[in-house]
Amino acid sequence: MSMTDYRKDFPALHQEIQGHPLVYLDSAASAQAPSVVIDAVAEYQRCDHANVHRGVHTLSHRATEAFEGAREKVRSFINAAKSSEIIFTRGTTEAINLVAQSYLRPILKSGDQILITHLEHHSNIVPWQLVCELTGAELVVAPINDQGELKLDALYELMNDKVRLLAIGHVSNALGSINPIQDIIAEARKFNMAILVDGAQAVPHMSVDVQALDCDFYAFSGHKMFGPTGTGVLYGKHARLEAMPPWQGGGDMILEVSFTRTVYNDLPYKFEAGTPNISGAVGLGAAVDYITAIGAENIARYENQLLSYLSEQLATIDGLQLIGTAANKASVQSFVIDGIHPHDLGTILDHQGVAIRTGHHCAMPVMDFFAVPGTARASLALYNNRDDVDKLIAAIRIATELFAE
Amino acid sequence: MSDANLDIENLRELYRELILDHARNPRNFERMADATHSAEGINPLCGDKLKLYFRINAANIIDDAKFEGSGCAISTASASMLTEFVHGMDMNTALQYFELLQQRLTAPDSPVEHAPLDLGKLRAFEGVREYPSRIKCATLAWHALRSAVQCDDHPASTE
Repeated sequence: MSMTDYRKDFPALHQEIQGHPLVYLDSAASAQAPSVVIDAVAEYQRCDHANVHRGVHTLSHRATEAFEGAREKVRSFINAAKSSEIIFTRGTTEAINLVAQSYLRPILKSGDQILITHLEHHSNIVPWQLVCELTGAELVVAPINDQGELKLDALYELMNDKVRLLAIGHVSNALGSINPIQDIIAEARKFNMAILVDGAQAVPHMSVDVQALDCDFYAFSGHKMFGPTGTGVLYGKHARLEAMPPWQGGGDMILEVSFTRTVYNDLPYKFEAGTPNISGAVGLGAAVDYITAIGAENIARYENQLLSYLSEQLATIDGLQLIGTAANKASVQSFVIDGIHPHDLGTILDHQGVAIRTGHHCAMPVMDFFAVPGTARASLALYNNRDDVDKLIAAIRIATELFAE
Repeated sequence: MSDANLDIENLRELYRELILDHARNPRNFERMADATHSAEGINPLCGDKLKLYFRINAANIIDDAKFEGSGCAISTASASMLTEFVHGMDMNTALQYFELLQQRLTAPDSPVEHAPLDLGKLRAFEGVREYPSRIKCATLAWHALRSAVQCDDHPASTE
């Protein structure tokens, strides 16, 4: 089966926008969902819904099985050792904030450092700034080069025993650069820092093995990997999670409550206060099954070829400059065009049915580095094909014609 | 007419020649050293950032208007045309034009409040109506005008 056959699985892709067939090139912002995910959520709501971990009745039992079954699927997906290391969150952002508030804030002192990189998404910057403000710790930023690659030597020079946490993206959302995360973690292990990997842009495009990586935390979102919005995962090593205090209080995260004393629940429930997003987790589990059936390696190989084609075709347009030309990339190509603001380009492409992201991509420091107010960004998923790229290029040519003097 | 040509024709309703001209060659595009009023306009969605400067005399007449910053074609053209449009205009009249423009872009069928006013060249922005996410771009400079004359130090935002 060729990869392009999977396109039919995604109902949202089969519609017209402004009289043109939809060309969806914004999966890095949010991916479309296949029917199996949409149906799994609907089926759960229609037949199996009740609250989890509570009732003795049949529906509550079914809901719990579905929810915990999704957790097990996620465990297997990233090869975590135990399903108790899988915390369901609202998304990557919440997962990172959980680590900032529950792991880092209690141990952080003035003079300590948090090490991040210039490539990070705002959600892997601001949570650390918040804890720095509270504790007097310092946020240290590793630089990038003109291709949008991390300067590894500089990153390694910034590693020392004052660093309490390295928080680093696996794949840059704005540029698509893949960080050599395995090597970086090995280097960081020479010091006593914890390591968090923001995997939001990695999991839809490549296989991830958290045990092989040896990271302490790995965060990702459901909606970027064909699952529902409002779902996400924090993987944490059992010993780390065990030592952390709860983040939010409420139902489900307790074993026993009185007004003088509360006994917290075991992992992972200690970090899942309140009724969780059960149908979302079910949908995420279905998305895991979908990706697994196709095979992460197959997806990566297919997308790499398509990304090369996309970048080559974009480079044929006069006045177009590629932003982010790292040797090792996934899914994303950012670019700017002389004389056409990204926002205008976005409108002109939408008029022709082509959906791309324009703006700063929640990575303003990256925009500052390249001295642009924003970029246009085309991002690929397994359902895209060469025809999508060709339509994008034709639509850009209309924009350059319209704006030509 | 081919599909591509049809697309271009439709898009010209939004990107009219007057708008493209002002976007390519913005007028009054410089800092004003002796401004009596100024304000920033920020559109967080797309990163447009404009600063508008006004010199307003004792009789509340806008003697001069200038702007600087970066933005999309619509917001740049709107700022450029604003600086020409309000030149020599009473401050309160300028604010009434803002209300009228806003109304023409967001609720064109509602009864006209400032009936004697005529948008004139600003009608070029009426094509923006069909693109709801771009109305903010067309009004950003006008939001900044309002902040400036109300001596509001906080940057004007379209949010």
